[in-house]
Amino acid sequence: MFAFCADPSALPQWQWFACYLTSGTHLAFYWSFVVVIVLILLAAPASLLLGFGGALAQRSRYAPLRWFGAGYTSMVRGVPDIVFFLFVPIAVDQSLEFLMHQIRCPDWDLPIRRGNDFLVCPAAKVPLSTSPSWVHDFYAFGLALLAFALVFGAFAANTLRGAMEAVPKAQIETAEAYGMTRGQAFRRVLLPQMWVYALPGLSNLWMILIKATPLLFLLGIQDIVFWARELGGAKTSLYTYPHPDWRVWYFLVVLIFYLLLTWVSQFGFERLMGRLSVGQATAGGERMRKAGL
Amino acid sequence: MRTCWESFEGYFLRALGREFGQPLLPRGLDITLCDQFALIASGLMWNVYLAVVSLVAGFFLATALALGKFSERAVLQRPAAAFIFLFRGSPLFIQFFFAYEAFVLLPRAGFVINLFFVEITAETRWLTRAWAGALVVLWLNTSAYTAEIFYGALRAIPRGDLEAADAYGMSGWARFRRIVWPTMLRLAWPSYTNEAIFLTHATTLVFFSGFPAWQQSGDALYYARYFADQTFNPFISYPIVAVYFIGLTLAIIWLFGAANRRLNRHLPQEARSRFRFRPQYIR
Repeated sequence: MFAFCADPSALPQWQWFACYLTSGTHLAFYWSFVVVIVLILLAAPASLLLGFGGALAQRSRYAPLRWFGAGYTSMVRGVPDIVFFLFVPIAVDQSLEFLMHQIRCPDWDLPIRRGNDFLVCPAAKVPLSTSPSWVHDFYAFGLALLAFALVFGAFAANTLRGAMEAVPKAQIETAEAYGMTRGQAFRRVLLPQMWVYALPGLSNLWMILIKATPLLFLLGIQDIVFWARELGGAKTSLYTYPHPDWRVWYFLVVLIFYLLLTWVSQFGFERLMGRLSVGQATAGGERMRKAGL
Repeated sequence: MRTCWESFEGYFLRALGREFGQPLLPRGLDITLCDQFALIASGLMWNVYLAVVSLVAGFFLATALALGKFSERAVLQRPAAAFIFLFRGSPLFIQFFFAYEAFVLLPRAGFVINLFFVEITAETRWLTRAWAGALVVLWLNTSAYTAEIFYGALRAIPRGDLEAADAYGMSGWARFRRIVWPTMLRLAWPSYTNEAIFLTHATTLVFFSGFPAWQQSGDALYYARYFADQTFNPFISYPIVAVYFIGLTLAIIWLFGAANRRLNRHLPQEARSRFRFRPQYIR
C-alpha cells in the first residue's frame, strides 16, 4: 500500500501498523464487512416478498394454499433457525444436482446415493467443476441468501399477517359498502394502512437479520468471523507481520461494528415510524395531529 | 451391525464424555438410524443444562437490571441501560467468540483476590470450557433480554395498583414484594415464555462458536452436523434435531403456561394475559 512497506520488520510502530492494517488480507477483511451489508440489503426485500406471499397465502380462499401458508410460517416455530441455516444450503444444493442429473444424464445407470456418497454425473454438478472460482463464490453466496430469505420470510409472514388483521375491520366493510371488490378493498384500504402496524415487528426482524449475519461463517463463506479468526491468530516470525494472539481485539472490532449497525438502525426506524404515523388512527398519529404536525 | 438397544446403550450418555458409553463415535457406513437418534438425544442434555441454568440465574440478574433501568437515579439507570444495549445490540454468536478469546487470555493459574484477612483464588481455567464459559455468556445475554422485557412490564404496571399499595400503607420492600414484582411477572410472562424458547434455541450456537467440544461431547446440533458431514445426507439428522427441539419447545410452553396460570389465578378468565408466539427475541 505505502512505499515504505517494503521491509516491515525495521519500521517504527505507527508505520508498522499502517502497513499491517493495509495488507492484502486486511483488505479482504474490510471487504467482508461490505459483503455482510450487501447480504442484509438483499435478504431484507427478498424475505419481505416471501413473507408477503406467505401472509397472502394464509388469507387465501383456497384451502390448500392456506395450509401451505400456515405450514410455511409455523416452520420456524419450535426449531432453532441455525438448523435451517445448516440444512437449507446443502439440501437445495443436492436437490439442484439431482434435478440436473435427471435432465442431463438420463442414461446414467449408477445410483446417486452410493454408501455415504452423493454422486451425480460430472455434467450435473452445480456449478460445473470447470467454471471459474467467482461462479463458485457467487453460488455459495446465493445459497446463503436463499437460506436467510426463507427463514426470515417465515418470520415476516407472521408479522405481516398480524398487521393485516390489525387494520380495523370496519374500514374494509366501508370499502365494500362503497362497492369495491375484495381486491380493490385490499389494495386501496388495507395495503396502505397495514405498514404502521407492521413496522414494530419488521424493525425487530431487521435487527434479528443484522444479528444473524455472523452465521454466514457456518455456511463456509469467508465472512467477518472467518477473517477475524484468521488474522487475529498468533503469527510467528515466518510471517511478514509477526504478532501474538490478537483475536480478542479483532472480535472487539466486530462487536463494535454490530453495535453501531443496530444503533443506527434503531435511530432510522424511529424516524420512519414518525413518518408513517402521520394521519393514522393510532395513539401515535393522534398525538402528532394534536401537536399540529 | 449394532442392534438398536446397543446403540442406545452406547451413545445415550455419550455427550457427557468419553467415559460414558462408546469412546468412539460411529463413522462412515457404520452409522445406523438408531445411532443418530440416540446420539442426538444425548446431545440434547447440553442444551437443556445450558438453558435451565442460565435462565434460572438470569431471572435474578434480570430483575435487578430491570429495576436499575427503571430507576430514576442516573447512577443505576445508565449502567443498566448500557449493559442491556451491549448484549441486545450485538449478535450472540460474536459474543461467544469474543468471550472465548478473552477467557483464553486469562491467566491459567487463576486470580488471587486479597480480601485483607482471606485470600480467594478465582479459578479461571474452566472458563475456556463450554460448560462454564458458554454458560456465563448465555447467562449475561438472557439477563439483558429478560431485563428489557421486565423493564417494559414495570412501565406497564397500572397506576391504580401502586396507589392502592400506597393507600394500604405499604412501602419499600413490602410494596415491591407484594405488588410490583408479582404484577411485573404477570405482565411479562407471555414475552418471557418467548425468551425462554429462543434462549433454548440459542444454546445450539455454543459448539459452533469457538468453544471446543472436548472428547467429541457436544450438543444436539453438533452431533447432527457430525452425522450430516459423515453421511453427506442432511435429510435425516437435521429433521431429527428439529423434532427434538419441537418437543423441547412444547415442554417449555407447557411449563411456562402452568406458571402463567398460577400467576393469573386471581383474575377472571378474559383478563388473563395469554401466551402468543412472537419471534422477536432471537439473538
